Amino acid sequence: MISVDFDDLTAEDVSRHFGRRRALSRISFHTPRGSILGLLGPNGAGKSTMLAVLATLLRPSSGTVRYGTHTASASGAALRSRIGVLGHDLFLYPELTAHENLAFFAGLYGALDARHAASAALQRAGLADRAHDPVSSFSRGMRQRVALERALIHGPRLVLLDEPFTGLDDASTAALVSRLQGLRDAHAIVVVATHDLDLAEGLLDSALFLRDGRVAEVVARPDSLRSTYRSIMRRST
Amino acid sequence: MIRTAWLVLKKDLTVEVRSLEIAYTTLFFAISCVLFFAFALVKEGKAPEDGAAGILWIAIAFGGTLALGRTFERERQSETLRALLMAPADRPAIYIGKLLGIVALLVAAEFVLVPLVAFLFQAPLLSHPFWLGAVLLSGTIGFATVGTLFSAMLVRARSRDVLLPVLLYPITVPVIIAGVRATAALLQPDVELAIVRFWVALLIALDVVFMTLALWTFEPLMTD
Repeated sequence: MISVDFDDLTAEDVSRHFGRRRALSRISFHTPRGSILGLLGPNGAGKSTMLAVLATLLRPSSGTVRYGTHTASASGAALRSRIGVLGHDLFLYPELTAHENLAFFAGLYGALDARHAASAALQRAGLADRAHDPVSSFSRGMRQRVALERALIHGPRLVLLDEPFTGLDDASTAALVSRLQGLRDAHAIVVVATHDLDLAEGLLDSALFLRDGRVAEVVARPDSLRSTYRSIMRRST
Repeated sequence: MIRTAWLVLKKDLTVEVRSLEIAYTTLFFAISCVLFFAFALVKEGKAPEDGAAGILWIAIAFGGTLALGRTFERERQSETLRALLMAPADRPAIYIGKLLGIVALLVAAEFVLVPLVAFLFQAPLLSHPFWLGAVLLSGTIGFATVGTLFSAMLVRARSRDVLLPVLLYPITVPVIIAGVRATAALLQPDVELAIVRFWVALLIALDVVFMTLALWTFEPLMTD
């Protein structure tokens, strides 16, 4: 399987329309490897649409997304092999066991020993003892951990996470935060769309505040996210 | 490409073996069709001439439509279709894997339907098992090839359950007609194999045309 690599992610004037509705309007940003970018904003701000565009699942109506020097239209499958996505839905088959789910996706991503990759991922998730239980019997938090391992099983350069803290208890949240910091240390580019400003606090290297599909503000090294968010939202209404 | 298709097929069959959801609904519906027609058409132990051929194919088409609807509905429920499309695998390979899963399921249903129709309609369906197998397999592939593509295409449509048969049946009419005529030819007292061969050749030609179009259009249909 051919793969490409890249050192940064750049969006240039990205817009996306659904019929007459404009979901994204001229979004631009740049983020280097080894950093965590937050997409913040209220419901309907365009966070999930932006993630879908970055994941190459949606084509921008105008503008370009550059993965280093590559674009989705030119690099296609080779680029997708370096992108990992954790969606709001978890992308897991409830009838299959955690091990079967991970082995299936490891196989799709071209892992030579998919079963070994799945076992190692379950070990990292702390779910090795539940490896052969169907995912339908898992709690939301456990499913989320399996889903995160599914997104990371192929060692992606770009990791896209949509509301990753949903349904997690304190221990799972701390484990996820530590995992994301580990990805940053491993030089991945992490993009997190979240409502949860308290959890994002201290985790993000930069934040893109979206409102009605537009960039309300870009903040580097954000601190006190909640007050920044409130003042930005007040200004843009 | 073969590896991806095999992975998708294996996954679909594992899910189906665990839930048996599609197998039960498809079989129940197809068997109900056959029984209703048997009660309506078989009088004093005599079935209408060639009726068995039409009823067998109606049961396959109606049961198959149910199976086709569910196979992508399952991928939609947990949004796993997005994960499949995100994988760096060839997208036509995903289509082939889903298609093989549907064909396997319909062939399994036919193993139940053929003896049932033969018994209820006193039809010598099993007198030429090789040719019957060729007719059913080539017809099933043609039907499922179009059905799998439309099912994938409609996965995000709100009225997909209504639209699937509306789109599927007109396009697959040639397959159903060829299947019915070939099966009817096998039910004659003196079977003319040349006629059967002609219909099987036509079915294979339709399979090739439908498969080529499906592989060509699957990727653009699934993007965006």
